[in-house]
Amino acid sequence: MDFGLTAELLARIQFAFTISFHFIFPAFSIGTASYLAVLNGLWLWKRDPAYLKLFEYWKTIFAVTFGMGVVSGIVMSYQFGTNWSVFSQRAGAVIGPLMGYEVLTAFFLEAGFLGIALFGRKRVGDTLHMVAVAVVAIGTLISATWIISVNSWMHTPQGFSIDGSGNFVPEDWWAIVFNPSFPYRLVHTVLAAFLTTAFAVGAVGAWHLLRDRSNRQAQIMFSMAMWMAAIVTPLQIFAGDQHGLNTLEYQPAKIAAMEGHYEGHPEGAPLILFGIPNEAEQRMDYAVQIPKLGSLILEHDLNAPMRGLDAFPEADRPPVMIPFFAFRIMVGIGFAMLGVGLWSLWSRYRKTLFTNSWLHRAALVMGPSGFVAVLAGWFTTEVGRQPFTVYGLMRTSESLSPVDAPAVGASLVAFVVVYFVVFGAGVFYLFRLFRRPPVLDDDHELDKGPTRAAGIMPGPAQEDSIREGADRGH
Amino acid sequence: MAIDLPTVWAGIIAFAVLAYVVLDGFDLGVGILFPFFPERHDRDVMTNSIAPVWDGNETWLVLGGGGLMAVFPVVYATVLPALYMPIILMLLALVFRGVAFEFRHRTIRGSIWWDVGFWLGSTIAAFCQGIALGALVQGITIVDNAYAGDWWEWLTPFSLVTGCAVTVGYALLGATWLNLKTAGELQATARRLAMISGAATVVLIGVVSLWSPFIDAVYFERWFQWPTAFFSAFVPMLLAVCVFALWHGLTTDKHLQPFLAALGLFVLSFVGVGISFYPYMVPGALTIAEAAAPESSMVFLLVGASVLIPVILIYTGYAYWVFRGKIDPEEGYH
Repeated sequence: MDFGLTAELLARIQFAFTISFHFIFPAFSIGTASYLAVLNGLWLWKRDPAYLKLFEYWKTIFAVTFGMGVVSGIVMSYQFGTNWSVFSQRAGAVIGPLMGYEVLTAFFLEAGFLGIALFGRKRVGDTLHMVAVAVVAIGTLISATWIISVNSWMHTPQGFSIDGSGNFVPEDWWAIVFNPSFPYRLVHTVLAAFLTTAFAVGAVGAWHLLRDRSNRQAQIMFSMAMWMAAIVTPLQIFAGDQHGLNTLEYQPAKIAAMEGHYEGHPEGAPLILFGIPNEAEQRMDYAVQIPKLGSLILEHDLNAPMRGLDAFPEADRPPVMIPFFAFRIMVGIGFAMLGVGLWSLWSRYRKTLFTNSWLHRAALVMGPSGFVAVLAGWFTTEVGRQPFTVYGLMRTSESLSPVDAPAVGASLVAFVVVYFVVFGAGVFYLFRLFRRPPVLDDDHELDKGPTRAAGIMPGPAQEDSIREGADRGH
Repeated sequence: MAIDLPTVWAGIIAFAVLAYVVLDGFDLGVGILFPFFPERHDRDVMTNSIAPVWDGNETWLVLGGGGLMAVFPVVYATVLPALYMPIILMLLALVFRGVAFEFRHRTIRGSIWWDVGFWLGSTIAAFCQGIALGALVQGITIVDNAYAGDWWEWLTPFSLVTGCAVTVGYALLGATWLNLKTAGELQATARRLAMISGAATVVLIGVVSLWSPFIDAVYFERWFQWPTAFFSAFVPMLLAVCVFALWHGLTTDKHLQPFLAALGLFVLSFVGVGISFYPYMVPGALTIAEAAAPESSMVFLLVGASVLIPVILIYTGYAYWVFRGKIDPEEGYH
């Protein structure tokens, strides 16, 4: 029985699967941690109970997602060794210390102050509690910085030499950490995390506004989310454009795959809006394209020549299908986000922000868009890096552990089953939390289930209390 | 014993692993003991006692793994494939356990399933860690700096015994933690469980200690030949002190002493393993010096680690202090 499932392919699928699941949680918790810090700050500043209510509301959601992010992250930190041991051995001296710094400067910080941020308000007082909340938010950003540095180094490696056994030996840490694609990737990823949270918060706000326009907490979260969408989306589109220029400079084959250019265009490349990549024939079928626009976007020059995949040795070309479509999904969502952001500005100007049901419905539909865009962007950049793990230097096929295909296959199945059960349940509980309206006169504290950490309330164990709570919201 | 960079780093990694073992050990132990506390209310108190700290405890595991990759990449790249199945199983168990504990508060009907998940996840994770320890003690087949054994090599009677030893030891840590953090009926049960698991732990430490010198001649020399035996002899002597402190603390209703004594048992067992291993990272295959990363990696990370690890210990200690004292099961309902 052989379906062509080599250990390498299985290990790649396993890595893609586990990291895709994992990536969703930090993408959300980076934004949510900052949002919590802002809400808690507003509460301390204005002493408006609406902000405290929102803090408590999103705190519970944050706790659930953070737990899922932690456990799926532990898997990642060991999977380099189990499935990609040759890569770990050869590149470990370069990327290991960066990941070590991530643990030392970020993970411990987040974990150490998370307990206080979640359960400690009464025990440490408002000021120290605010510090803890802010520290958790800063920790998530520091964590992003290090891990993006590692990832960027794999795309644009520099600052090392290679010894006799083929191992990467770090020479210049400044150059390694601040490698050429790092700043672009960091900005693009962190903005994506903020937008992901903004649209998730916006959708929850919109949902509750559709049910009760006068719910002040829902108004606040919707308004804050829409400000974020209106301001950050244009910044993100600009950052993405800059990131693209950087990729063109350092990873031209990836750009060719993203743009769908199998052949070079010496006199200005078109922008292929849509098409079906035909890998066998190495051409784009059914292409819908706008002449010269590709060169204008990427080179800011209508007639700039663009290389196609045929400019690269066949063994060094990335696959086209996934980067081509994933890139279009990401960009499409980006412009949809821009649309919602501008629409919200218009509604705000017309004073219909909390009454425009169509805007609320649109925001509701856009709720998961950040997650989809983040994953699409991830697939674009990571599949576009193929066939290399360290770009241009170390191939994916050379990175694998000496583990047999059945072992990798069995563990892949186990991961799929466990992740779908665990994170499926997690998403289910999150939706139950979202469904609960953020109302102030929440006097059903006694229904909220068990205490957490000596006397501080967890979010509710709902089941029955949900409907009552919802009804009281009206 | 030369104090050079690789030795310093081996010490730091060993510290991270030890910190993981004792810290996550007690919160895994709380999960392992779940079946002995059928009341939902008791289980709520138990999870409350670890809710603010489990996350930080588990971070030491990430530091151990990440640190190993950074400064001993060859060890990371050979040991993990060698222990492929127990490691994957441990990770999946930790996934289950980590979320079960959050999810059991989110549902009433489903909470029993998450309780089972919390118990199974904690137990399997502990057992796999013990198996990994046993497999490492008995040695790993390494040829040309790569794992060269088959994927069942870790499975031996010895590794199964170490698996049991670690699981029972974690149960002891959990029981003494509960004795420290709870009151009333729950505490009384925890104390009884600490007594039983304490006795079992001591027996299993004895079995593993007497068995391992016969696995490898190097271990035998370390423990039974002059002059190393003189220093090695301190370990069993101090172990006896801890056993007495544990027994004494439990029979005279001390709250902190049994927990500290249980920690002592773990620290000393860990030191014992260290005595057997030195100067190897992977016994018989890779020494600390052979496995070390290039100097630039060790220096770069050491600069941060020497400042950050003390800071981490301070704020982690602070977080424990904030949540000090007994868990009051009534407090939250007001």
